[in-house]
Amino acid sequence: MPRKSVFSLLLFFIASLSLSTMLAQHGENQHEEMELQEVAPGVEGKEGLKKEIKEYINHHLLDSHDFSLYSYTNDAGEKVHIGFPLPVILWDGGLKVFSSSKFHHGEEVAEVGGEYYKLYHNKVYKTNAQGDITLDDHHHPTNAKPFDLSITKNVFTIFIVGLLLLWMFSSMAKSYKKGALPSGMGRFLEPIVLYIRDDIAIPNIGLKHYKRYMSFLLSVFFFIWIINLLGLTPLGVNVTNNIAVTFALAILTYLITTFSGNKNYWKHIFWMPGVPVPMKIILAPIELLGTFIKPFSLLIRLYANITAGHIVLMSIIGLMFIFKNWIGSSLSFGLAFVLSLLELLVAALQAYIFTMLSALYFGSAVEEHHDDH
Amino acid sequence: MDKLINEFSFGLFFWQLLLFVGLVLLLRKFAWKPILDAVEKRESGIEDALKAAENAKLEMQNLQADNDRLLKEARAEREAMLKEAREIKAKMVADAKDEAQVQANQMIEAAQSAIESEKRLAMTELKNQVATLSLEIAEKVVRGELSSKDKQMDLVESMLGETTLN
Repeated sequence: MPRKSVFSLLLFFIASLSLSTMLAQHGENQHEEMELQEVAPGVEGKEGLKKEIKEYINHHLLDSHDFSLYSYTNDAGEKVHIGFPLPVILWDGGLKVFSSSKFHHGEEVAEVGGEYYKLYHNKVYKTNAQGDITLDDHHHPTNAKPFDLSITKNVFTIFIVGLLLLWMFSSMAKSYKKGALPSGMGRFLEPIVLYIRDDIAIPNIGLKHYKRYMSFLLSVFFFIWIINLLGLTPLGVNVTNNIAVTFALAILTYLITTFSGNKNYWKHIFWMPGVPVPMKIILAPIELLGTFIKPFSLLIRLYANITAGHIVLMSIIGLMFIFKNWIGSSLSFGLAFVLSLLELLVAALQAYIFTMLSALYFGSAVEEHHDDH
Repeated sequence: MDKLINEFSFGLFFWQLLLFVGLVLLLRKFAWKPILDAVEKRESGIEDALKAAENAKLEMQNLQADNDRLLKEARAEREAMLKEAREIKAKMVADAKDEAQVQANQMIEAAQSAIESEKRLAMTELKNQVATLSLEIAEKVVRGELSSKDKQMDLVESMLGETTLN
């Protein structure tokens, strides 16, 4: 048991280290960019390129209403988008469903049932026939936002990953019918499944209760892992750097923890045993806050790690276009390569940490003991 | 923080929650439950097999011990039987020897007694023969002696002479 906690601590250390280095690198990167701006002001082309790269990174980090792989400007000067449109589902005084091709990648106003909609920074706003977007002082649009339940690129990816997981694991489950050992993919997946059971679920939750949580833990691990890995492919999908996604995952952890909390768990929150009464009163709100902070840290950790990784990676790739000489470009290529390798580790590590901490919280909720502090 | 809240897309949250919960439920039914059950079954099977092997080993050891004991017993028995047989043999040989001795002695004795009686018979016969012979001789001598008067006189005289001396 001590060995295992040391191992987990080490993993945490690596994770936090990687995060801090990424953020630091990101900071430095920005700093560098700023310096560059100061050194060479007025270089129009370079400035434009930098702005474009920045916009591209921001664009990449955001969700979008169509699945575009890449775009280019053809000989005729037209922008050509390669990809496919996705359905837009809006609730605006009634359900409105239409293809995102109507937006023409945000360039045009979509007219549906007498209402006009326009994309601004990948968000749908209600507008007039001319597509006017009025901005306030903080550059936030003041236009009304319809309730957007579109199948965006991320939703589409989540769906695809869900199907992939279903296919992977149901075929693995089927392979057990032929014999005691899995065949094919299961050979690779089974040790991971067993690792999650034997080294995450059982030590943290305990033999008595762990079975109830296995489905969630396994699903969350493989979902985060695969979707993180998919984020590293050139497909440009980027799901786990959306706060909404990590929030949804963390809220599930919170709900499961809260609803499986036993008497002992609540007692430790509201009336901590073994401490004097005034301390009990002080501890209660802190402990209660703790129950929210724990899943909150989950969602921020995953979001921040993946976002930081993507920003750094893309900034370094972007540097290639800024340097435009063989030393700088090959240097940033090497750096990007190394970082990609690190990101591969982070992809698995964040999945592990999320699963591990969820298991830890579940374990604390079902723990039964002994008021012998 | 402001950026985070601004970035929060309720639609994505909704879909993620819906799809993920659906995914968990589907995976539980079609994947996790069968996989974990199969793995558990296999593990308990392995454990049972190991236990059975351990038991078999123990049984084997017991059997081996039994065998050893039996073998030892058998060996001891054989040893004892051999010893007995050897003793019997020795006894038989000794008995036979004794008996033979006795028989031989008896035979020798019988032979000796037979020889003795034969000897005695022969002696008697010889004595009888000698007596007959001496009687015949004496008769012949007496006949010769008493054939003439002189001779008879001489005899009487010599006999008388002898008697006088006495």
